[in-house]
Amino acid sequence: MSEFDQLYREVILDHYRNPRGHGELDRPDAEAEGQNPLCGDEVTIYVRLAPDGETIDEVKFSGRGCAISQAATSMLTELVTGRTATEVATLPKDELLEEIGIPLTPVRLKCALLGLGTLKVALHKAKGTPLPEEWAGMAGDLDLR
Amino acid sequence: MAVTAKPKLDAHRLRADFPVFEQLFHGKPLSYLDSASSAQKPRQVLDTMHEFYATSYANVHRGVYGLAERSTERFEAARETVRALVNAPSSREVIFTRSATEALNLVAYAWGLDNLGPGDLVVVTELEHHSNFVPWQYVAKRTGAAFRHIPIDDAGELQLDALDGLAAEGRVKVVANNLVSNSLGTINPVEELAAWAHEQGAIMVVDAAQAAPHRALDVQALGCDFLALSSHKLCGPTGAGALWGRRDLLEQMSPFNLGGEMIRSVALDRTSWNELPYKFEAGTPAIGEAVGFGAAIDYVTGIGLEAIEEHEHMLVAHALERLAEIPGLRAFGPPPERRAGIVSFDIEGIHPHDVAQVLDWEGVAVRAGHHCTQPLMTRLGVAATTRASFYLYTVPEEIDRLVEGLHRVKKVLG
Repeated sequence: MSEFDQLYREVILDHYRNPRGHGELDRPDAEAEGQNPLCGDEVTIYVRLAPDGETIDEVKFSGRGCAISQAATSMLTELVTGRTATEVATLPKDELLEEIGIPLTPVRLKCALLGLGTLKVALHKAKGTPLPEEWAGMAGDLDLR
Repeated sequence: MAVTAKPKLDAHRLRADFPVFEQLFHGKPLSYLDSASSAQKPRQVLDTMHEFYATSYANVHRGVYGLAERSTERFEAARETVRALVNAPSSREVIFTRSATEALNLVAYAWGLDNLGPGDLVVVTELEHHSNFVPWQYVAKRTGAAFRHIPIDDAGELQLDALDGLAAEGRVKVVANNLVSNSLGTINPVEELAAWAHEQGAIMVVDAAQAAPHRALDVQALGCDFLALSSHKLCGPTGAGALWGRRDLLEQMSPFNLGGEMIRSVALDRTSWNELPYKFEAGTPAIGEAVGFGAAIDYVTGIGLEAIEEHEHMLVAHALERLAEIPGLRAFGPPPERRAGIVSFDIEGIHPHDVAQVLDWEGVAVRAGHHCTQPLMTRLGVAATTRASFYLYTVPEEIDRLVEGLHRVKKVLG
C-alpha cells in the first residue's frame, strides 16, 4: 500500500464520511471547545455521565476540520464510551493512535489528537481531572465579549 | 592516586575553523580581542546554515508537505539543543527570541507589567548590562514600583551586605543580574542571589548572554526563574537568542508580541493563546538562525565548556601579568579565578578611543567605550574603558601583540 493509501485508508474515510457521535448534547455534564492552531480544525465535545457521575454514557462532537481530525474524533467517541472519566483523563494518546492505525507526521498528529485533548479539557473542567500539559498556560486569553 | 588531566583545548588548532583569521588588516594578521561583544563564526556553523537553507528550508509548524516537516524538525531540534545547554526540565520552557535583549524585555513586559506596583522593589546591580537594566527601570517607572541596585566594591564584585537594607525598603519582587559581567568579566553569585530573591518572594532573572559561551550552565542548579541567552556571543549567527522560563510562570504570563503562530484561535471578539512555547513566538521566527544557534552550541560543547573556561583563565592571568608592565595602566575587575575572559583597563591621560585606533593599525581589535554599562563606568569614575576579551580561538601571542601595541600607544600619545 502506498503512503497515500495508508493515510486515507478505508476505515478513516468511513469515519470521516459517517462520523459516529456527531451532533450536540442538550445540557451535557461536561463540555469543551478545542482548536488546532496549525490548520484551524475546531471541535466541541459534549459528555453525558451515568448516574454514578463517573462512567461516560455518551459522547458527541461538533465542529469542522480535516478528514484526520474528524475521523479520529469519531473513533474516540467509540473508544471512550462506557469507560470512567478518571481513566479517560489519563488515557495514553497511543491507545487512540493504535486505533487510527496510520503513520502520522508531527503536524497531522496534532489533527488526530485534537478531539482527545478537548475531551480531557472537558473532563478537567467538569471533574477536576488532570489537564493535558499542552493545554495549560493559556492565561489571560483576550475576550471582548 | 589517580590523576585526572584537566580538559585542554588547542586554540592554535581551533583557529583553523574560523575563516575570518585567513585575512590581513593593515597588512597584519588579525588579533580579535572583542569576543565579549560578539564571537567569530566557525566553518561548522556557516556550513550547517548553508546546508539547511539549501536543502531543508520552509516556514515552520503549519506546513503539511515534507519540506516543511523537515524544516520544523531542524528548528525544534535546535530548541532541544538549547534546552540541554542550560539543563532545563522541558523544551516547552525554551522560547526563541531575536536576542538576549529581547528575551529580557519579554520578561520585563509580560511578567513585570502585570505583577509590579507601588510598594514593590525591582532590584538590579551596578554592573548590569543596559539590556537587563533599562527594561526594569522602564517597567518600574510604568508600574510605580521602586527601582534599586546592589552596589559593587572597588574590585567590581557585588556587595551582598546591601541586601538586608533593600529588603527593609519594601516588597522585593524582581532581582535581575548578569551571571558574568560583560564589562569586567566578574562571575556573580547568582545562586546566592536567587536564594535571597525567593526568600523575599521575588523572581530571579538571569542575563546569561555573557556566561553561556564561557561556562557550563544549569538553570536548576542556579535556582533562577528566567535566563536569557544569545546566539552570536556563542559562535552562532546574530538574530537569534532564547529565553528559558519556569513553566508555571510562563503559563501565567500574558503574551509579549502578538500575531501569527502565537494564537490558538481568533474571532472578531476574542482570541485565545497557543500553548508553550509558541505563545511567546509571534511571527515567523529566525529559522535558519535558530538552526545555526544549535550548530554553534554543538560546536562549543563539542570542545567542552570546562576546557574553554580553563583556557580563558589562563589567558586572563597572562593578560593581567603582561598589562602590568604598561606604565599608567589600571586594570579593573576581580582576580582571574573569579572572572571570565574579559579585561577592562584605562591608561592614564589617553582616551580609550585613541587607544583602540592605534591598536587597529597593529591589527589588534579591541572595544573602547562604556560597553552598555554606563552606571558601572560612573562607579569606576571613568567615561569609558578599553576592553580586551578572549574566547576559545584566542592565543597568548595575540595578548602579547596587544601589549606591544599599547607600548606604541604610549609612544604616540603619551
